[in-house]
Parts: sequence; C-alpha cells; structure tokens
Amino acid sequence: MADVITLSYEISPDDFTRAGEASSDVKSKLKQLGVSPEAIRKVSIAMYEGEINMVIHAKGGKITVEISPESIVMILADRGPGIPDVEKAMQAGWSTAPDEVRSLGFGAGMGLPNMKKYSDEMEVQTELGVGTTVTMVVKI
Amino acid sequence: MTVKELVDRQIFRVVNLGEELDREVTKVFCCDLLSIAMGKAPADGAWVTVMGNVNTIAVATLADVSCVIMAEEVSLDEVARARAKEQGVTVLATEEPVFEAALKVYQELHG
Repeated sequence: MADVITLSYEISPDDFTRAGEASSDVKSKLKQLGVSPEAIRKVSIAMYEGEINMVIHAKGGKITVEISPESIVMILADRGPGIPDVEKAMQAGWSTAPDEVRSLGFGAGMGLPNMKKYSDEMEVQTELGVGTTVTMVVKI
Repeated sequence: MTVKELVDRQIFRVVNLGEELDREVTKVFCCDLLSIAMGKAPADGAWVTVMGNVNTIAVATLADVSCVIMAEEVSLDEVARARAKEQGVTVLATEEPVFEAALKVYQELHG
C-alpha cells in the first residue's frame, strides 16, 4: 500500500482570527510535497470554507486530511447542531449565519456550494443535535 | 506584469511587501464579500477590496491571488497586517474607489 500522510487539526469555535490556520498549514505541506498548484488551490478553498463553517455554526470540531499519491481526502467532523435541510444548504445564497459573521464578510451562503465546486467528490452526513461530517476528495 | 512591476509603478501605496514578487498579475478582481471572493477570485489576480480584516489575508493566501489592493483609503487592522507579513502577502493601498483602483490595474495589464 502506498504511503498515506495523515494530518489532523482541532478547530476552535468562534475564533475568526485563527480560522484558516489549518488550511494554510495544509497548503504549505502540499507545496512541500510538490502537489500541483491547481490541486493545492482546490484543497485550500474547499477546506477553508469548511473550517469557516465549523467556526460559525458548529462550535469547532476536528479536521483530518489524508494525503496519498492519488488524492487528498478531507474529513471535517463537528458536534454542532446538524443541518436540517442539506439540499437547501447546498443552494448558493442560502444562509443562516448571524449578522456579526456577515459583517466580517462571510455568511453569504457560498460555503457548501464552494466546497462542492472545488472538490471532486463531496459527501455530507448530518444528524440534528448530533453533528455533521463532510468528506471531500480532491484528486491529484 | 509582475507584482514587483505593479509596485514599482507607484500607483499604489505599499502596506506590505510580500514574498513572491515575481508572480505574474494576470487579472484584476473586485469583491468585498469574502465568501464570494473565496470562490471567484482568480489565481494570480490582483484583488481589490475594502474589507481589511485578518480573514481577507486568509482568503488571499488560500485563493492564491497575487496581491491585495485596499481601496477607499481603508487600512488593514493590526492583526491583519501582522498576518500579511507572516504569510508573505503583498498588500497595496489607495484612496481611490474600488472601480478606479481596478481600472488602473486593468490599464496596466492591457495598455
């Protein structure tokens, strides 16, 4: 079996100054590994959107990134409130973000649509009151 | 035109000189909503915005733009400035409105 590098990050809730640190770290590690700029950009955007979602909606959580020669798999798991209507949440512009988040420039309802756009595969598992796990794959 | 060439033309004030000054500036992009900029800012684009918080720098890094141009004399807050330095992101500034700032970059790109 080929080597798989696994990275994991704890995402702090409500801390917008630190949001993006995990994604930036993954970006620099992928750069060191010589992954193509296009794949790095896709991973960075998809993961950052997920990270921001966890900060806004889910009181933080855990992100695991598995890097293999074929693909980069990102697993974003939180114990937040869950998503009542995933189909609606996937629509561009649909947002439940509070005003304070919007004043920072987020919460335009583009998070999940951007995550889907920039990953090659995406799966959302969610249960109300239990949490949400989003798995995204970017092929190298 | 590279980032360095854009800086050298002195159209904009330098807030932070980044690391990759030889990067090509390919396009110019305007948006203040970070959610949209994240998905739409072109890689290597010069991004004109009035949103100057730390998340602007995170988006610039992750969306891989070539530089950020703060319009309307908006400045980066201290945390954002420190992050720009740390991440090596070139940030420029101008008192011009967003459209005029972007137009100047466009004219440099397309003559």
